[in-house]
Amino acid sequence: MARQISTRRKAFFTALAWSLGLLIFFPILWTILTSFKTEAEAIASPPSMFMFEWTMENYQEVMSRSNYFRHFMNSVVISVGSTVIGLAIAIPAAWSMAFSPSRYTKNILMWILSTKMLPPVGVLVPIYLIFRDAGLLDTRTGLVIVMTLINLPIIIWMLYTYFREIPGEILEAARMDGASLFNEIVYVLTPMAIPGIASTMLLNVILAWNEAFWTLNLTAAKAAPLTAFIASYSSPEGLFYAKLSAASTMAIAPILIMGWFSQKQLVRGLTFGAVK
Amino acid sequence: MATAQTRTAARLMMSPTVLLLLGWMIIPLSMTIWFSFQRYNLLMPGMEEWAGLLNYRFFLTDPAFFSALTNTLLLVGGVLLVTIVGGILFALLLDQSIFGQGIVRILVIAPFFVMPTVSALVWKNMFMNPVNGLFAWLAKLVGVAPFDFLAHAPLFSITMIVAWSWLPFATLILLTALQSLDSEQKEAAEMDGAGPVSIFMYITLPHLARAITVVVLIETIFLLSVFAEILVTTSGGPGYDSTNLTYLVYSQALLTFDVGGASAGGIVAVVLANIVAIFLIRIVGKNLEA
Repeated sequence: MARQISTRRKAFFTALAWSLGLLIFFPILWTILTSFKTEAEAIASPPSMFMFEWTMENYQEVMSRSNYFRHFMNSVVISVGSTVIGLAIAIPAAWSMAFSPSRYTKNILMWILSTKMLPPVGVLVPIYLIFRDAGLLDTRTGLVIVMTLINLPIIIWMLYTYFREIPGEILEAARMDGASLFNEIVYVLTPMAIPGIASTMLLNVILAWNEAFWTLNLTAAKAAPLTAFIASYSSPEGLFYAKLSAASTMAIAPILIMGWFSQKQLVRGLTFGAVK
Repeated sequence: MATAQTRTAARLMMSPTVLLLLGWMIIPLSMTIWFSFQRYNLLMPGMEEWAGLLNYRFFLTDPAFFSALTNTLLLVGGVLLVTIVGGILFALLLDQSIFGQGIVRILVIAPFFVMPTVSALVWKNMFMNPVNGLFAWLAKLVGVAPFDFLAHAPLFSITMIVAWSWLPFATLILLTALQSLDSEQKEAAEMDGAGPVSIFMYITLPHLARAITVVVLIETIFLLSVFAEILVTTSGGPGYDSTNLTYLVYSQALLTFDVGGASAGGIVAVVLANIVAIFLIRIVGKNLEA
């Protein structure tokens, strides 16, 4: 009797969770489906869910007409570039805070966190003017710099929470055996920290890929990543649902897949270790 | 155990981070403060002069500021309400034993990875468009006149779009917190005859309190700066109906080139964000000691 109730209960919750989950996911599913329709079918009434003629023409058109590949590469260069530079700066810093803490470490960490709280509009004007005068507007270099700086706090914090879980005794043992500081970091710490570094990297690429304040304000045509390229579809002339869907699907697909792999790290990274 | 040598090395390894972030914070921020006291418009070069508090007076007494402030608070509050309530419900649901739990979780968190410009344009065109959108089709299906969401309820529509993007974040964090709840406590309460409602009120909810606080604070920090969703859907309009503080400062800086006014607005935004930040930093700091 009890088992029967619990099976029924499980079936009920399964049905409820699946329908609500699909409802939340529906806009993404609908975008993907629309990207395979013709423009006429995309706005057809009644709309068809699966029973339409599947076509790849939107993808071909988006790729050929709008320099899509350049914007895609801009996104790759900006998100990966800022992540790699950020890691190179943050790994030594997080290492020293986790394994050789001083009286000030906690305050420094708090201060690093507080820089992330600075709203971008607070520095929009000076950054814009500095970039204009330095010729950095609409360049990949400029965006890599900004992206590195705005995500550095998150990188440091994530690495710090991961490094703290590595037992310091192992590092001390290496030191006793005469390993230099450099060797200690490269051969002892890094292999143990690889999982943490990898998830930090993943989350940071996702955040940089989707960042849409600085990318929209500091780029025009040349260095515009996908966020800014998609925004150009907001003009009324660009109102082609199927093409918008194809461009959108291509822009979100890589990050959606990466995101699913990083769901656990997301919690740690975005709450600065406050929720694990 | 650390020797003097490693301590020095540790300081050295910290310095690039500290210097970079210090530069990123101090230089532009002091420039913003300086500009905010200047009469400075990019369209009138060479006319810069000291303006005292004039920019602040203009910005704070501008009716646009008042609507932007109200809109910012409504947007943040609305999204928080939807994502916290929805997040708790989804977290409770995903915590049950169900078939295909992993897949449902993937479906629910997916919107978080959609870039803001994509989510805003997809909602604007394919769902909320009064002629070709799915909502218009649904309305016709049940015999109601289609509603032009972004023209007649712009702030509400943007709130819904942003809430859709942030619901996964709240769900994921609350679910993580929920899964750390000791099940024995719940079983003991059940044994004592507590119903599901009182278990939720007296055990689950207090356990979630910390995670909820963290979600509220982090979301607030990000939501104060919502920008792309407004830019590609309504451009702040009609009038100032969907302009938030971030968008107002942007339009003063890069559309009317009023550097002084925009800087004053930026400082106002910094002050607002700091009020929230102080609470968040305290909570995270407490956790650091544990």
